[in-house]
Order: sequence, then C-alpha cells, then structure tokens
Amino acid sequence: MDPSLDRNFSKTIGNAALQEAIYSATGRLVEKRRSALPAPAVFESWREQARLVKQHTLENLDHYLERLEANLTARGAKVVYARGGGEVADYLAGLAKEKEARLVVKSKSMTTEEIHLNGLLEDARLEVVETDLGEFIVQLARERPYHIVAPALHKTRYDVADLFTRTLNVERENLPEKQTKIARRVLREKFLAADIGVTGANFLVAESGAIVLVENEGNARLSSSAPRVHVAIAGIEKVIPRAQDLAVFLKLLGRSATGQPLTVYTSYLSGPRRAGELDGPDELHLVLLDNGRTKLLADRNKREALYCIRCGACLNHCPVYRKIGGHHYPWVYSGPIGAVITPHFMGIHEEPWLPYASSLCGACAEVCPVKIDLPGALLKLRQETVKAEVGGVHGRWERLAFRFWAWLMCRPRLYEMAGLMISMLSRDREGAGWMRSAPWLMNFGPLRAWSAGRDLPPPPGRSFRAMWRARLKSGKGD
Amino acid sequence: MVEVLERLGWGVDFPENQTCCGQPAYNSGYWEEARAVARHFLRVFRDAEYVVLPSGSCASMLLHRYGELFRNEPEWLQAAEKLRPRVWEFSRFLLEVARVEDVGARFEGVVTYHDSCHALRELGVREGPRRLLSRVRGLELKEMQPAEECCGFGGTFAVKFPAVSTGMAQSKVKAILDSGADTVVSVDASCLMQIQGAMARAGHTIRGMHLAEILATR
Repeated sequence: MDPSLDRNFSKTIGNAALQEAIYSATGRLVEKRRSALPAPAVFESWREQARLVKQHTLENLDHYLERLEANLTARGAKVVYARGGGEVADYLAGLAKEKEARLVVKSKSMTTEEIHLNGLLEDARLEVVETDLGEFIVQLARERPYHIVAPALHKTRYDVADLFTRTLNVERENLPEKQTKIARRVLREKFLAADIGVTGANFLVAESGAIVLVENEGNARLSSSAPRVHVAIAGIEKVIPRAQDLAVFLKLLGRSATGQPLTVYTSYLSGPRRAGELDGPDELHLVLLDNGRTKLLADRNKREALYCIRCGACLNHCPVYRKIGGHHYPWVYSGPIGAVITPHFMGIHEEPWLPYASSLCGACAEVCPVKIDLPGALLKLRQETVKAEVGGVHGRWERLAFRFWAWLMCRPRLYEMAGLMISMLSRDREGAGWMRSAPWLMNFGPLRAWSAGRDLPPPPGRSFRAMWRARLKSGKGD
Repeated sequence: MVEVLERLGWGVDFPENQTCCGQPAYNSGYWEEARAVARHFLRVFRDAEYVVLPSGSCASMLLHRYGELFRNEPEWLQAAEKLRPRVWEFSRFLLEVARVEDVGARFEGVVTYHDSCHALRELGVREGPRRLLSRVRGLELKEMQPAEECCGFGGTFAVKFPAVSTGMAQSKVKAILDSGADTVVSVDASCLMQIQGAMARAGHTIRGMHLAEILATR
C-alpha cells in the first residue's frame, strides 16, 4: 500500500477534536438505533423480508421500471433515463432554459452528490442551494458530505459558527438552535424564489407510480412542492414493487439511520398538481440514473450491494470509518458500503487500496437492514484486485511473498525450521526480543509497519512442537 | 488446550505436519495460494474425529470460506464438506460436544473478555466463553464497553494500514483499562497479539491470555 495513505489517515486519527466529533456523532447514532430496534427475531424477519423484496425487484428490474414509468406518466409526470451525470445535467439545463429558471433548491440526495450535480449546474449558470441543514453547511464550506446520512457530522457547532459568520454575514451564534434559525431564514427566501426543486428519492413504488421521500426537516417537502417544477433524481435500484412493500423499508430505514421508528416527514408523490388541487408543482420529472448500476447488476457476486437503502448504519458501526472519517474515501459514498460500490464505479484500478482498508470485523453486515454481505464483497474485490494485477511494483513483491509463504506452508519441516530460525534471530541474551536484537529488521515492510505503534510479542521460550515431542517421549498424553 | 481437553478425558493428537488454514492468503485476495495451503490442511486433518481450533478466525475460515474457495474443485469441495461437521472452535467444543461448563480451573484475577470478530459474528460465540469463565474459581469477570468492537488486527490490514489498525487497538486498550480488569481474555491469539502489542507499547501491565490458558490454570 502507498504509505502516504496511512500518513493521511494518521492526520485524522491524531486530530483529537475531529476524533471526538466523529466518535460522539456515530456513537449517538449507534445508541439511538439500538434503543429503537424491536425484538431480535422481529428485526431479523424485517431484514429478511426487505432483502427478498430487493432481490426480487432487482432480478426483474426492467419490468418494474417499465411499470413505474407507465404509472407515473399516466398521471402527468415525465420520466427520463440518464446514463451518467452529464445527461442529468444536460436535461436539467435544458429544462431550466425552457422555464427561464435561475434558482434551484435541492434537498439532500446522495445520488446527486454522486454525479457532482451542483458543480455541473453551476457550470450551466444556475444557482443551486442545498436546503438540508447538514448539506447547507457542507455546501457553504465547499466540502463534500462526510457521511451518507449526516453530511456535516465532522463539524462542531463552533465550526458552524465560524462558517456562518464568514459566509452569511451574520452575528456569531454558537447555539445550534440559533444557527438553525439563521439557516431557516436564509433558506425560506430561497424556497420562495426558486424555479426548480431538485430532490432525490428514497423509494420508487412501481405499481402506484410514486416517489417516496423520507426526511426530518421538511425541506424535501418544500423543495418538491414550492417551486413550479420538481425534478426527482434517483438511481434505478430505488424501485420497489408495491406500496405495501414500503412498510418494511420505512420501519427499517428510520431505525437504522437515526434510531427513529419513522422519520418526521414521509412524502408520497405520485404526479404533478392536478386540477383542483392546492399544492404541488406544475411539473414533475423523474430522472432515473444508471451511472454504473447496470454494471454492478451484471455482477452476480456483488449485485446485492444494490440493495442498499443508504441508511448509514454500516458507517456508524465501522471501526475504520470511526477512525478515518468520511473524506479519505475516494467517492461520496464512504464506510463499508462505499468501499464495496466505489470500485464498481471507478474501476478496481483506480483506488486498489479501498477493499483492503477493512479489518473484516463484520460489524457492518451485522447491522445492515438488507443483509448485504459487505465483508464477503470486500473479499471478492480483493481477489479481483489481485487477479487484475493492479498493485504495481508493490503488488509484485506481495505476490512473491504470498507465493513463497504458500510454498513454505505446504512443507511442514521447512516451516518448523523457519519458525525456529525466527525465534533464534529474535532472541537476545536477556530474552527481550525483536526490537533490540535485530533493529535492522524493523526497517522493513510489515515489521516496520507493525512496530510503529505496537510491540512484537516476545519469542516463545520453547516451541509448541518441542513441548509436544517432550510430552510424547515422557509417555504423557498417550 | 491440550491440558484442558485431556483433563476432560479426550485423547488429543497434534499432527506435526500441520501448518496453516490458508486464511492470510485468502483474505488478501491470493486464492490460488490459499487453496494450496487449504489442500494441505485438508490432507493433514482428513481422518480426525474432531478438529478443535484455539482460534475463532481459523474455525470460521474452515467453516465458511472453504466452500467458496473450492467452488470449482469438486474433489476438494467434498473433502471440505466432509470435514466441516467435525470442525469446532475451542469454546464451542467444550460446551456443545464435551458438554461441560466447569472444567475445574482456578484463576485468581479480574478478567475481561474481548469478543473476537470472527468468533462472534461468524460463529455466534458470545455467551459461551463468558459461561466458561464464570465457572472458574477465583475469577471475577468484568465486562468492558464495548467488548464487541474490533481490536484492529485484521491480518494484513494490521500492516497495510498501521495507523488505523493501531488507532483501533488503542481504543480497545482504553476499553480494557476502563473495565478495571487485570487480565484480558480472547479466543483468538491474533487479537491478543494486537492488544498486547499496543498495551506493551503504552507501558500497561495488563496480561493477555487465551481462554485455554485460563481454563488450564488450576
């Protein structure tokens, strides 16, 4: 692995204030989730049901997408498909031109983050305003989301105070409640003036032709109803068959993400405003995005990564995420799910270290509401990485090392001798071990990496094999 | 482990030509190399009545990964399947095969138990070791919070990402210190190497012991 990676990580790990921010925020989410869960058997049955629904839908994706499109179109919505971010931006820019729109308000959406939509729209001379508080903060700071569910998780209230004073030209406020009021004041103006509202979608219900939005702040509801035009942008994997299937997902999503039995707002949008209705946009557009999803769908081994409902529980429970935070991950999706899906979108040649940045502890899979085998997917990605020989010079050394290791492991006598040699090499007169007796060894590869922060175990006084033989000789154990 | 098993009346053999289950290569993506080592393992242990492992991680490799590893080698897949019901992690063997909780051990000390990830999440080993420890005379069991968080070892992860791995170990060490225990116990030697390595570096004197070592003490 590239040592500069680890050096970057250690900057985050060494930053006590940032560590505290990450630990307390993820810790709170872990606790809240735990206290919101039903009895284990009930929870397990929900997970199983949700997984089966996702599995079934994705294996019949064409059918359900067509149903969704037909049903939404029948009620006056427009459904379009986009291969990547460029096509989404082109569509929106065209729409904005047609409507003479200048201002776009957005609710929180990882799908739009994934294609860097804001930048693309700004290139098309549109003003884009994030209206989710966390996203608003991140946008002002010109950063990307730190976490799938809590984008500004890494910002303390003092960071936010600094940011608001600097960018919004307001009096400094350290209290989160007052900061929220400031954001609210700024955003209300934007909602009222906006021409287009962009949202994501948590679920798309095929049989009803509906877009479902789940949120706590009411900003997605405003984004989708206040402006004349609402554009929802969703990955094609968001579709589920029926409204009744939604129940289990709503129960799982709120609990897994924030420990809520149900989020504050759940919007069920099935078309633009109809004649006689008071609320809602004149036009509703749904952009269905591929952006690599069909490629992942084609991969039988890892297809289940598309089951993800973006709850963020795997991040909160991941000891690696809790150390390195969200910004070291190469893409907007961080944590275990990010490590699994990113290589599919970027290609395994791009960031070959990513599947390896896990101790494979399995805490992610244990909490995943749709039971994605995340460690299993990482193991398969590692195998693909090795097969594709993307490791460069370092990879060649590693390959040689494993080849030699396997050769040795199939030769018990040599293996034993190697063990004795290492033991002898590492023993000095006081029996104090490695570091003092063979300091030169400590400058190399794995030993150096290990001993940077940990001692090596002292060499055993006597090998197990020696003790075993002595026992056999003494007649014990027969 | 040998002492405990023999004390309970089991005949123990240690095939001296054994080496490794192949997990280090498997987890690093070198499945070809892992297969070579796994074949050796299957050859060595083919005829054993039970294979008892003092490691949740190795047991999990045998129980849950050999199938995938030998998916395209029917002969070896069959060998792995035949061995599978005879493969036991040490604490589960004591409780479910030998059916004992009290192995007649005595250990004076305050002990905290670290859940090894693979034992916990892949083998369901949670209450077992705690039950075994609670029956040891003189032993006081104190839980650390959280006991179930990874120690950060993770095989080659420990040396590929030393800063992250060591950071995780330090969090674990803090949990151990906060528990007030003088000994930390695990069912995996690799977790212990990681935890002890970090503790030694920080100058702490808490002992790390394998469950088998505690149960062998009288």
